[in-house]
Amino acid sequence: MRPRWLRWAIPAAVLPVLALLAYGFWTNPREIPSPLLGRAATPFALTTFDKAPLALEDLRGKIVVLNFWASWCIPACYDEAPALERTWLAYKDKGVMVVGVNVQDTEEPAKKFLARFGHSFPNAPDPKGHVAVDYGVYGVPETFFIDRRGRVRFKHVGALTDEAARQRLDSLLEEPS
Amino acid sequence: MIRRLLLVLAVSTALSGIAGAAPPVDERVVHEVAAQLRCVVCQNLSVADSPSETANQMRQIIRERLAAGESPEQVREYFVQKYGQWILLSPPKAGFNLLVWVVPFVGLGAGLVLVAVVLRRWSRRPAAVPPTPVDPAMRDRIRREMSGGRRS
Repeated sequence: MRPRWLRWAIPAAVLPVLALLAYGFWTNPREIPSPLLGRAATPFALTTFDKAPLALEDLRGKIVVLNFWASWCIPACYDEAPALERTWLAYKDKGVMVVGVNVQDTEEPAKKFLARFGHSFPNAPDPKGHVAVDYGVYGVPETFFIDRRGRVRFKHVGALTDEAARQRLDSLLEEPS
Repeated sequence: MIRRLLLVLAVSTALSGIAGAAPPVDERVVHEVAAQLRCVVCQNLSVADSPSETANQMRQIIRERLAAGESPEQVREYFVQKYGQWILLSPPKAGFNLLVWVVPFVGLGAGLVLVAVVLRRWSRRPAAVPPTPVDPAMRDRIRREMSGGRRS
């Protein structure tokens, strides 16, 4: 005959462990909250593939869609590329700037990618990964939405869709500038 | 005399040139910082151990920051600022993360207590159970049959 306390001890010991495991299984390990949200976006100064300077400082007062991509990122970067261009065309007259940062890539395939999708917004390589690390990028594609006051407001992991971009941009545009 | 002066000058410029080209960063410190950081594109690898291009770039960033005079703690803090505590391979010993550090020892302690309790019970059991009485007739029969078996 087991003592009374031992009958309760086993479930009492197992339940918290099960609860912890269940919590762990329900959270998505790929969904890592960015500590940057709400903070000032780190300034960067890059040179586009067309050899034009591209600095965040020069975009002050605009809403910036900062997209990190690579030509080897298949299929997500290819999936979102047309949506990015459409978003750019739809919002460029509303004070929105779309900027592409090409990471972990080489120039030739990157340029081929840009030509394939006819991107008309500025794109710049980040050859040493400084900008990517400054934004805590851990994979491509990742897209950051920076408000008019220069704060990072949203982070989108994975292929961006027209709908996701529209939702975030409209909410940022509604804010008083 | 002039020749000697020129020699000193040449050696000192060469030395300063070397010093200028290679910033004095201890590679062991770079490795030490990199080993604490999670390689963001890998599974359970540190930035020090990963051969990936991303990890390579991150090591270079660590090197640059150390060369710029930051302490290893400041470099680590920079990565935490950008990626959150997720970037650290060992979670800091505070808050919810404390569970990770405490639970194994609590579990070990609880296990040891359980083993001690069970062992004490088992060692006490024989004394608690009285030996079963054997019928004298049966005992005689067993003795007889065993000695009979040896003889044949």
